[in-house]
Amino acid sequence: MVQHIQTRLDASFSALSDATRRGVLEQLGRADASITDLAETFRMTLTGMKKHVGVLEQAGLVTTQKVGRVRTCRLGRRRLEEEAAWIERHRRLWAARFDALDKVIEELKRKEKVDGRRKKG
Amino acid sequence: MAAGKKGEPNPTTAERVSERETVVTRSFNGPARLVFEAWTTPALLMRWWVPKSLGMTFISCDVDARTGGSYRFVFGHPASEQPMAFFGRYIEVTPHSRLVWTNEESGEGGAVTTVTFEERGAVTLVVMRDLYPSKDVLDAAIASESIGEFGESFEQLDELLAGSGAE
Repeated sequence: MVQHIQTRLDASFSALSDATRRGVLEQLGRADASITDLAETFRMTLTGMKKHVGVLEQAGLVTTQKVGRVRTCRLGRRRLEEEAAWIERHRRLWAARFDALDKVIEELKRKEKVDGRRKKG
Repeated sequence: MAAGKKGEPNPTTAERVSERETVVTRSFNGPARLVFEAWTTPALLMRWWVPKSLGMTFISCDVDARTGGSYRFVFGHPASEQPMAFFGRYIEVTPHSRLVWTNEESGEGGAVTTVTFEERGAVTLVVMRDLYPSKDVLDAAIASESIGEFGESFEQLDELLAGSGAE
């Protein structure tokens, strides 16, 4: 498992170690773009840009989709999905605690009722 | 346990509300006084903080619920030899309405937790906020847990399910 994490981190770091690739991420943060658009923006050959996008894709930072003859690139969803999954686990943990807390509160309420009756009677 | 009406438990919501803060909410069918008591009395805390479904056991629970007082929860887990300790200080304790504590087990990067108890008729609304020192710390907490043991197994399960459904 440690090996797996290491591989994933390495992929992210090496993807981000290149200025052009960081530029591509910044660009995609503003809007989706085709590889042709990106090649033009960064003044490179199509082949060169394909390589960069490939590295970003490997690291899960970018996803691409080919529609007809155009391959569109967008920022990877992984981070957002991870965050949603984390929040959901956090919610479930607290829901489990709170369901147990309900029982404690029911019991405290009952006890109070009984004690109240005793005092009155 | 048959005194209350049987039905669905009240819903729990959780949300990241800003770059450095998460919020959990839940309503309880009882007065704030009793809900607060259950959050500040060790014998009661031990009955709900670690429900059976978590697979952990409470080893000890020390709570000095006064402003400036400290707390220390120690849990055991069958998968780990070392018990896990969670500890910190109460920054504010206002009976029946507000608790604020630090989470110091992870050093400088710990969140500050604020819990408010708001009575609305027969119901008490509990709002729990975890404020992290910075966006980076919360992001890192999410990332480290996502690639941690549980995240990894969920992810593998998701992949497995996606694969079996599609092909």
